[in-house]
Amino acid sequence: MSPASPLLEMRGIGKSFPGVRALSDVSLTLYAGEVLALVGENGAGKSTLMKILAGALRADEGTIAIDGHDVTIASPLDAQKLGIGMIYQEFNLVPQLSALQNIVLGSEPVRGVALDERAARERAKAALAELGIDLPLDRPASRLSVAQQQLIEIAKALSKRARIIVMDEPTAALTEHEIDALFAIIARLRAGGAGIVYISHRMEELPRIADRITVLRDGSVVETRAADQFPAADVIRAMVGRPLDAHFPKLPALAPDAKVVLDVHDLVRVPAVNGVSFSVHEGEIVGLAGLIGAGRTEIVRAIAGADIPTSGVLTIDGHRTVIRAPHDGIEAGIAFITEDRKAQGLVLGMSVLENMTLAHLEQFVNRDHLISHTKEEESARHMIDELHVRTPSPEQLVRNLSGGNQQKVVLAKWLLGKARVFLFDEPTRGIDVGAKAEIYALMMTLLENGAAIVMVSSELPEVLGMSHRILVIRGGRIVRELTRDEATPDAVIAAATGAAA
Amino acid sequence: MSAVLKNVWLRNALLVAIVVVFMTVVNMAAHGEFLNPRNLVTVLEQISYNCILGVGQTFVIITAGIDLSIGSLVALSGVVMAQVANHLPFGGVGLVLVTLLAGLAVGAAAGWINALPVVKLNLPPFITTFAMLEVTLGLSYIFSGGQPVALDNAIFSSIGTGSVLGLPVPVIWMIVVVVIASVLLTRTRFGRYVFALGGNEEAARLAGIATARIKTLVYVISGMCASVVGFLYMARFSSGSPDTGTHDELLEAIAAVVVGGTSLMGGQGSILGTFFGALLIGLLYNAMNLIHVDSYLQKVVLGVVILLAVVLDELRKRYLARA
Repeated sequence: MSPASPLLEMRGIGKSFPGVRALSDVSLTLYAGEVLALVGENGAGKSTLMKILAGALRADEGTIAIDGHDVTIASPLDAQKLGIGMIYQEFNLVPQLSALQNIVLGSEPVRGVALDERAARERAKAALAELGIDLPLDRPASRLSVAQQQLIEIAKALSKRARIIVMDEPTAALTEHEIDALFAIIARLRAGGAGIVYISHRMEELPRIADRITVLRDGSVVETRAADQFPAADVIRAMVGRPLDAHFPKLPALAPDAKVVLDVHDLVRVPAVNGVSFSVHEGEIVGLAGLIGAGRTEIVRAIAGADIPTSGVLTIDGHRTVIRAPHDGIEAGIAFITEDRKAQGLVLGMSVLENMTLAHLEQFVNRDHLISHTKEEESARHMIDELHVRTPSPEQLVRNLSGGNQQKVVLAKWLLGKARVFLFDEPTRGIDVGAKAEIYALMMTLLENGAAIVMVSSELPEVLGMSHRILVIRGGRIVRELTRDEATPDAVIAAATGAAA
Repeated sequence: MSAVLKNVWLRNALLVAIVVVFMTVVNMAAHGEFLNPRNLVTVLEQISYNCILGVGQTFVIITAGIDLSIGSLVALSGVVMAQVANHLPFGGVGLVLVTLLAGLAVGAAAGWINALPVVKLNLPPFITTFAMLEVTLGLSYIFSGGQPVALDNAIFSSIGTGSVLGLPVPVIWMIVVVVIASVLLTRTRFGRYVFALGGNEEAARLAGIATARIKTLVYVISGMCASVVGFLYMARFSSGSPDTGTHDELLEAIAAVVVGGTSLMGGQGSILGTFFGALLIGLLYNAMNLIHVDSYLQKVVLGVVILLAVVLDELRKRYLARA
């Protein structure tokens, strides 16, 4: 191995699926001790490229070299043996197994035929020490926080001696505070000589974490530059092939006589929500900021009836409403756009049309109680046009759409109703810049029509840029209310973490 | 409806082709006996019991559940109906109707009890319906004293062995059940919710669907289908026996559902698919009997066919997913 050869070199990689050219002539170089950011819109080919590196897919053409030697990666096991570790956005943990068991999963140390518990523990501890962190090793993975689960994934990779570590949207589910911790860990890995491929949609992180940035568009590499010479505006232009002027649309000013649409009084849901009161006016977006686990999602879930609140009073348009189930929420005019669209928002095996009409099927029933496919199709086509859903037909399975388009289907489902209150939980998580802009534009339309919006977001710029008011949540309570003018990143983080402001 | 039919045909196009070739060959081997209309009507009559059980099971399986209690529920409802019929002071159509209603009530009640722990405690239906299998089996022995309960009134036997327009009564029942179930599943809100529930229960719940009610209903439907079969068997044999329905009926109903393209993982399936699944299995048995295939070997063939059907379906899905 010559010291000059890069840790990883992918050359001329091409991959086609029936009807789609996913990658063509993609080359990528990763040096030891660097963080290479890989960015691009959804569908640009990032995942395909990384799946080829991980051995989950075979490339049609091109070569891969590690330390200057050509290698064949035919299976995930090959990739593992070559020191490639993948941290996917959706973790691959066995929820019932402990943190320790997950870390050594697939490479358990044995003595004879028996598991060597002590060696496993030592190996796991060594990996954690390398990361400079501590984890409750005996706790089942299901009972750890998202951030902790991610650390297990990283420790798992390290315990298998991974030197090339791919992280797919690692900060998507983390709070600012946890992101800082993750970045410190990445810095350690880099100092230890690992090479990191860092996939992200968050422009603002790139200068903090990346040494170089490679931009993919439509299956080809558009540009690679040193991060400090690649300003965010240029990166976005390279990604979308056109300049995107403003990140966020301009929020319309709140009418001085705007009526209160949603009023929440002393909402309690044991143990996560401990007495929350606030109101939202028509045409207003109220942002809920805070760390993961602060209780933001639980607040909106309790309002929507996804969880039954322990106590509290809900008033919508001046009418007191009792919500004991999601159905009650919908009746009362609440639309709840959940955090996890695959697990909670969509039936992936159903078509675009069926997903769109699911919550309001009563609108599509004839007098004979049978569903009118014609009516459904009419509405679905209208929504597809309105929201620019990229789908070949209303009959396409939602499973086959990209993240941004799936999110639009979720929105369409709620737009078919007559909701007055929209609860958005992480509305743009994991979707590309173009689709984000469209979703923001849609929120603007809702405001014009007099809707009241509550938005939970872990992306600080989103909360700051898209809220009239920000409520900072900590420990299931509102700890600070900030107007748009008062809201600075520092103020929000200080309140969210409990640091003296 | 036509879109659904087309879908079923497309889904099963390969199978249908295989079946046609197979039938032609068998027909020649059986000297034209196989495709003889009289023989085909016999096959339809033979599959009607399995098909009706399969229809009920299809609803349950689309919600990613399973109902193991249907076989012994056939026995219990048969025994209960025979006892009710023998104790009623009147005869004629009134007797038949009240008897049938009693049977349907047994099936519906069993289905409701099946669903209760599934809905309230989120217990796996495999367990609750397995327990129900044992309970209903035991009850059917208790209510019959272990012996077939002979029917006093001959009206049932004329129903069980009668024909309408050349079609045996069970075939008429099958057609009615298949049509109603198919409309229910493909054209009503209930049907759509069954699919949504099986595809993603949480998403369905958050869309405002009363998931507990839908789930309960599918087990009630399955139980009532078992009662219908119990009624048909009772009428045919002029007795309610604790032994009917408790042999291969459960497994063959599941086989019909699976061969018909319904996914055990939930979220996918069709009633017409189940009908064709039952038909395929029925034709296969009939053909093997006609050309004197050893009855032990018949079981082997059936097993292979079930596996093949599912493998083909999976390959087809993968092909479609890639295209």
